[in-house]
Amino acid sequence: MPIRKDKRERYVEVEVSGPREPLWVRCEACGELIFKRKLQENQYVCPRCGAYFFLSARERIVSLVDPESFRELPLPAVPEDPLGFADQMSYRERLARSRQETGLNEAAVVGEARIADHPVTLAVLDFRFIGGSMGVAVGEALYAAQAHAARARTPFVFVVSSGGARVQEGVLALLQMVKVVAGRELLAQNGVPYIAVLTYPSTGGVLASLGSLADVTLAEEGALIGFAGPRVIEQTTGERLPPGFQTARFALEHGLVDQVVPRAKLREELAKVLEVLAEEP
Amino acid sequence: MTDEERLKVLEEKAAELRRLAEQDGLDLHEELAVLERKIAELRKQLYLDLSAWARVQLARRPDRPSGLPFVQALCEAFYELRGDRVVGDDPALRGGLARLGGKRLVLLFHHRGATPEEQRASRFGMASAQGYWKAKRLMEVAARLRLPLLTLINTPGAYPGVQAEAHNVAGAIAACIWTMLRHPAPTVAVILGEGGSGGAVALAAADRVLMLENATYSVISPEGAASILWKDAKVAPKAAEALKLTAHDLHELGVIDEVIPEPLGGAHTDFSATVDGVRRAVLRYLEELSRLSLDELLRARYNRYRHVGAQGPGA
Repeated sequence: MPIRKDKRERYVEVEVSGPREPLWVRCEACGELIFKRKLQENQYVCPRCGAYFFLSARERIVSLVDPESFRELPLPAVPEDPLGFADQMSYRERLARSRQETGLNEAAVVGEARIADHPVTLAVLDFRFIGGSMGVAVGEALYAAQAHAARARTPFVFVVSSGGARVQEGVLALLQMVKVVAGRELLAQNGVPYIAVLTYPSTGGVLASLGSLADVTLAEEGALIGFAGPRVIEQTTGERLPPGFQTARFALEHGLVDQVVPRAKLREELAKVLEVLAEEP
Repeated sequence: MTDEERLKVLEEKAAELRRLAEQDGLDLHEELAVLERKIAELRKQLYLDLSAWARVQLARRPDRPSGLPFVQALCEAFYELRGDRVVGDDPALRGGLARLGGKRLVLLFHHRGATPEEQRASRFGMASAQGYWKAKRLMEVAARLRLPLLTLINTPGAYPGVQAEAHNVAGAIAACIWTMLRHPAPTVAVILGEGGSGGAVALAAADRVLMLENATYSVISPEGAASILWKDAKVAPKAAEALKLTAHDLHELGVIDEVIPEPLGGAHTDFSATVDGVRRAVLRYLEELSRLSLDELLRARYNRYRHVGAQGPGA
């Protein structure tokens, strides 16, 4: 019996015995009952049908960087709830809940790390935190990460998992698109490479700013890549969406990305890119 | 009779009284004063305390001054440039070479269209990928010629469609932001009507951002916010208030530089007064910006966006 739909979407945790962490999960794509630890070992890709469930920022970092190499950067404090926003829940309440659920302060985690021994500056978004949306704090984090990369002269790696700009911060969120592009300019001025990894989902204001401006762009298999969400497109235009629309494969075929990479190979692929970009000693 | 219609009747009466007074030398002083007081009260009631939602309605009016007619009235000369050189042209986002107050510049603007055919062709001002790729191309023309850039924004947002995605509308918007941020000459953006989300910010990474009094600038449409956050599209008026999307709200937040007053009743009641107001403001800012060195200009622009939203209580 399913007890709750996990925020990763598409798989459901199944209670087998007692109130502990469920041991089994059901893949919503194929219906298979999977031992949860097996799913974890497979980096949240269904071992039967290959469906991708998304990773939290911490899980993503562990999956990409050399063991113990990640050192988180402190982030600047920003004004919270600049508009005094409330919908059915106050924005402050929503932030508090997201913090409790994710153990993160905000939707972005940034730091220094090594990938196959190459030093990088890494920024990762967490979709569980208000859809990985970009408000002032995330804008500041992405700016700070790029400024750090430019200073340290280490390639900047940005893993996108975001629904777009954070509605609860209004135009201030929209203008973070400009802020993160100002950070992008710093990298360019210092000749520091930028590699984007587009995952599920890479949409809206994050894609329409920093997410689209990398020197090298990889798409993870299972990614959703698009400016407007599929539902918005259908509702606004009445167009029927072609099969495979906004998938990683679609992005590759339309010239939007350089490569589609399965999750298990992502680290290796990044290592290849970093290797070929590494400056001569 | 709506308040707006009553206002119109009163204004016509006042005009008639004034004409009579002039023609026949009658002393209608007192009658006029009473009438004018009434008119002023009604106008104030109607327009000065407008709700955010009422301003959204004004900003969306099909007869709102904007698009090609606005540009033709604004500039002494305008020569349109078309096409993105890769995929095609987009009638919803247009631009070209212009002369304004004797100065050369490159102009970009949304065109929503006046006739139903035009509106269909331009999808009510929702530009697609080729519109933004064209905008980037024209920004590059301006950069090569070291010309200032003026953008006139009035769009519900970028067009969400299959072709737009296939032609990388997100990348086009990102490219516009980057190109505009680096522009080696003064840049001014004016939001004339709707400043809808990514489709607006693509043209708004400017040195100065101005808004007409009843224009809006928002991360999402009030209807969109209502249906996503309230799960009820009917609360759009409430969402409009919460999003702080009016010119006055955004001026208070420090996001825009100036609110350009509209004729009472809204920009649509007086096309040429609206155009004049925009022209005066734009020329004033272009003049002010032209006194900065390129280095000062870029540094100030960069700092403006690098810090946006990060100052204030708690920072």
